[in-house]
Amino acid sequence: QQIQEDLNKQLLENLVSFLSRSHSNFQEKTTEWTCRMKFREIPTAALVLGVNVTDHDLTFRGLSDVLQDNITPYVALLEAKDCPGTKNLMQKLMGQLMNCDIDVDSLEDEDCVQVSRNKIRCSMSSLISWYESVKKKTDSETPSKKRNSSSRHWQSPPIVVIFKDMESFTTKVLQEFIVISSQHIHELPLVLIFGIATSPMIIHRLLPHSVSSLLCIELFQSLSCKEHLSTIIDKLLLTSQFPFKLGEKVLQVLINIFLYHDFSVQNFIKGFQLCIVEHFYSQPLSVLCCQVEDIKKRAYSLSHDQCENIRRLPSFRRHVEKQESGKQVALLTNDSFLKEETVKLLEDLHVYHENYVSILRCLHVFTSSLPKYPLGKQIRELHCACLENRVWETEEYESSLQLARMLNKTDLVNMLQQCVEILMSSSGREFDKTAEKLKEFLTQFQNLEAEASQEQDVSVSSQKELQKKTDLYHLQKTLLELKESRRPKKLTKFEMLRFEVVDYIDSLVRKYLVPAEDRTLHEIVYFNTANVLRGHLNAAPRTALHTALNNPHWYLKNQALKCDGGGISNKAPDICIVYKLHLECGRLINLVDWLEAFSTVVMAAEEPNADAASSDQVDDTIHARFIRAVSELELLGFIKPSKQKTDHVARLTWGGC
Amino acid sequence: LAKKAKEQKMGNLVEEYFEAHSSSKVLTSDRTLQKLRKRRLTQQTLRDLLKNAPVAYAAEIRDLNQQHESLFSKWMLQLHLGFNIVLYGLGSKRDLLEKFRTSLLQDSVHLVVNGYFPSITVRSILNSITEEVLDHIGTFRSPLDQLEFITKRFKEDSSLELYVLIHNLDSQMLRGERSQQILAQLSSLPSIYLIASIDHINAPLMWDQAKLSLYNWLWYETTTFNPYVEETSYENSLLVQQTGSLALSSLMHVLHSLTLNARGIFRLLAQHQLEKKDNPSYPGLSFQDFYQQCREAFLVNSDLTLRAQLTEFRDHKLIRTKRGADGVEYLLIPVDDSTLTDFLEKEDEDV
Repeated sequence: QQIQEDLNKQLLENLVSFLSRSHSNFQEKTTEWTCRMKFREIPTAALVLGVNVTDHDLTFRGLSDVLQDNITPYVALLEAKDCPGTKNLMQKLMGQLMNCDIDVDSLEDEDCVQVSRNKIRCSMSSLISWYESVKKKTDSETPSKKRNSSSRHWQSPPIVVIFKDMESFTTKVLQEFIVISSQHIHELPLVLIFGIATSPMIIHRLLPHSVSSLLCIELFQSLSCKEHLSTIIDKLLLTSQFPFKLGEKVLQVLINIFLYHDFSVQNFIKGFQLCIVEHFYSQPLSVLCCQVEDIKKRAYSLSHDQCENIRRLPSFRRHVEKQESGKQVALLTNDSFLKEETVKLLEDLHVYHENYVSILRCLHVFTSSLPKYPLGKQIRELHCACLENRVWETEEYESSLQLARMLNKTDLVNMLQQCVEILMSSSGREFDKTAEKLKEFLTQFQNLEAEASQEQDVSVSSQKELQKKTDLYHLQKTLLELKESRRPKKLTKFEMLRFEVVDYIDSLVRKYLVPAEDRTLHEIVYFNTANVLRGHLNAAPRTALHTALNNPHWYLKNQALKCDGGGISNKAPDICIVYKLHLECGRLINLVDWLEAFSTVVMAAEEPNADAASSDQVDDTIHARFIRAVSELELLGFIKPSKQKTDHVARLTWGGC
Repeated sequence: LAKKAKEQKMGNLVEEYFEAHSSSKVLTSDRTLQKLRKRRLTQQTLRDLLKNAPVAYAAEIRDLNQQHESLFSKWMLQLHLGFNIVLYGLGSKRDLLEKFRTSLLQDSVHLVVNGYFPSITVRSILNSITEEVLDHIGTFRSPLDQLEFITKRFKEDSSLELYVLIHNLDSQMLRGERSQQILAQLSSLPSIYLIASIDHINAPLMWDQAKLSLYNWLWYETTTFNPYVEETSYENSLLVQQTGSLALSSLMHVLHSLTLNARGIFRLLAQHQLEKKDNPSYPGLSFQDFYQQCREAFLVNSDLTLRAQLTEFRDHKLIRTKRGADGVEYLLIPVDDSTLTDFLEKEDEDV
């Protein structure tokens, strides 16, 4: 758990720093703009942030920090849920500005601040005169505050008000606030920032012309969340920094949730966190999932049981089977030998990761420029494909290689250069040779270029010759000659080289991009139980209810409950019977008929052991059971009492679910 | 192929929906519970009857619950890591949560919220936090202020930890937008750990993106098949006698405490209403006619006494007055015809 928390922290820090970095650019721009904008109507910045509302918190916090640090002003963050009315909005705003004041100049004139705070308290207590006091606050107090603070500051700093979620504000409040503040804009330099989730159209829809003409709006676009995702994947998954890795299916689930559900980076991170928790909780060998330096120490401190666990891993079994018999025995019986072997294997695994990442990047350079992107445009798709199975056996890979063989030279040279860069930057020592090789290719290409230019000269001269000749027959003849002469000679050299390069890359792929599942001891660092994750993150309560009601056998392992699909088993729990009967009805259900059907079914079940003599007693009991089942269905939301007809209930679901 | 099959399924679903809602005319039989000639069960008798009824598959259910109970320590870990846990599935999860509470939360500060309790509000939850956990006496103007206070206290004092268990987060009282917002904000505090259970099929509809991220749910399927005993005891079902509307027993009770004349007046009105029960456009008995009849039966001696009597009836919700199109006051007994018949029969027996 210790490790896990460390990991978590490390991961989160990394993410936060990354996020703030990615936003800083954007924030800089906004800050600059706020500095510039002064003494105009009401300068307004509209930030188009995308639908992932949950991620915006960080952005705004960063923004207000940046604004506060960089000379500028008092910043107030307003959220729609705090401001149902103009009064609340003003109060919130004042409160936040006051607090800002205290933050910024904590020592100076403490008493002044105290007084103003007291005033707020007063106005709160006296509900009756709130409007006057709010007006007073806006009218007299803020300007005065502005004046006295501006004397201290080098210029009158604008007051920035950030509306976090523009869409959820009520129009009236927004309009009122804008109108009010536009009246005081001369004494009180306000700057508004709107956070917009949808599109800038919303401003015009929320604000009528008369109000929006008071604003001077400038639009800012933030990065799309997909770019965030790819950077996060880049930073988190495709590094050798974190020992913990995601399996293919899990990654697929996380990406699917992101792309098809919410576009929220935060949820992605949450999912990732959950993966870590699950992994370290469920897998007894996850102790070994750590940095390279620690492996040895931890491996040698393993207990006997843990060694047994290692032996039980399927990938380790495969490994053992490949060894010769003497070693097999040693591996299976001798703990210390096993530990040594484990350390070796784990170190191998680390090396594999390092190589994997850089080769993956190289391959991505190649495939991402191909037309139609047979292996995907983003590196994450490539990553998934590589994790899933042997990538060179897939059709897509085949077709992309074919496409690669038809690349033109400049592209190829560019790509090779990029690959060399990647390989140079990677730490793995194995790549010196490969990089060398690629460099060699490059120089060859450069040579080729020189040659080609020479040939070009030749061709130019021949073209000149062509121009001289005016005879049609001769022209044709020379053209044919030229064609024949050029084709085989010139293209072969280039093509040969090209084939060579592509084949070389291919061989690299085959060597290094082996899917992780083929590696020994991959279970220690890979988390691969996708269904657990999906159950916890993306649950389907309705499906669970449906299965529980439809075939209780799934949960209650009893032989009597097993029955074929559509029929109603009379041994099922009451609520299941009632549910099944209700499925057969239309929109309205008559309670009496329902009750009778229920009692028929239940009586059939009790017939063998119940006497007819006590039928009245049984009847009452059945009635009571029916009532309970019906009210349970009502609680679950399947039916509701209806007023359309006496003693009827309305069904709220339709069809078979 | 799978996709195609799925599409097909989707298409079927859509068709089923329109099929269900296409015809405004619904064909059901006209039988009502009245005709069943069966007394309605009261809450008490219902409970007694159910207590006698055997619980089916007790062993299997116990197995199932044990399976869920093995997750307790995992829940604790995940709660401490900043997740909140929500339980879904068929069956009451009350006992499960109780068990969780007794086995793991015994020494720590925890708060149990019975969401199914019909008069629970967010304010009462917040109050119990501020008053009992934080030892703060004093009132707040709005729940938002209270929430702010709580947030501040929890942020200042990192030693404060609170486990909140909410049974039925999706109950009538708590499912509102504002209450959910407040609960979500509460649950997003790092030192408050929330475990909740939901039952309604459409419960996830009450959370939007922002709330979901505040809640930070981890979903756990805990199908228990336990009967919803506590939860449904507040759910007024059609089949159970409802205390809100007028029932025979209460009718008798009220009338027994009245004078003989007053009972006679009510009898008269009931008889009249029963005579006209086949006429659907019967507006009720007009006050003038009624006065006349009462006078003839020597039940009242003046307009004023009858009016006083009627006011008393109205206070007990025994009658309802309605003004007709011609401005005349009509009197009606807002009780089922069958109950009324029963009442008259009983009355005859007594006399």
